[in-house]
Amino acid sequence: MEQAINLDAAFSALADPTRRAILARLAKGEASVLELAKPFAMSQPAVSQHLKVLEDAGLVVCRVEGTKRPRRLAKGSVEAMDRWLAILRRALEKNYDRLDEVLASMENPKKK
Amino acid sequence: MSKLTLKTEGDRYVIVTRHFAAPPEAVYRAHTDTKLLQKWLLGPEGWTMPVCINEAKPGGKFRYEWVNGKGQGFYVTGEYLELEPYRKTAHVERMHLPDPTPDNHVETRFDADGTGTLMTMCMTLPDAQTRAAMLATGMERGMEASYARLETMLPGA
Repeated sequence: MEQAINLDAAFSALADPTRRAILARLAKGEASVLELAKPFAMSQPAVSQHLKVLEDAGLVVCRVEGTKRPRRLAKGSVEAMDRWLAILRRALEKNYDRLDEVLASMENPKKK
Repeated sequence: MSKLTLKTEGDRYVIVTRHFAAPPEAVYRAHTDTKLLQKWLLGPEGWTMPVCINEAKPGGKFRYEWVNGKGQGFYVTGEYLELEPYRKTAHVERMHLPDPTPDNHVETRFDADGTGTLMTMCMTLPDAQTRAAMLATGMERGMEASYARLETMLPGA
């Protein structure tokens, strides 16, 4: 599915701390490029470049409002990634809960 | 309270930590002994590991096969790179779905933590894309059905 390609790009996009910060800001709500540039002490073109990477990865979407182009989080993509990590986490939690039991039985060895 | 932490670091690492009540010797053994591995390295409820080949020595190979009893299954093969008894293991592994995923480098440390053990597992991947692919295809294709069931049993994160 194309979602997988999207997610690959999304992980790459997230490798950059500035882009993660932009996402964190957008998680609070829609913002213009100007609003996004301010807290990062970055030029608008620099922010636009990061936004392009995030948009290409499907993490951020752009809305047209007259001459403005406010950006907001594309919720689905971020949720999909969170879901993977959650799945990995659950598999490990399940494994390690079982390991706890295995370890407990090793510490109090019963006759086998 | 969840004792497990899982985080991504940079674009190449997934780091997992977990505390165990047993000393490093026991946790290390449970990670390297074939019979013990087969008891816990199973993933979600309902999966079993009918094949567990594990040569725990440097250069030794391992092969784990999982099935869910519903015709779904996959396997992992790998090689041990380094074993430092009771302290550390390092290996490479790949999933076969059935095409092999790129190698995942895994280093696991077992550090004494009070009377127990703090395990730190660091998965190093060739690049962010590979990590994404591993987290995606491996988990989604092989385990989706089981996890969907599991999710209904667990409170939301």
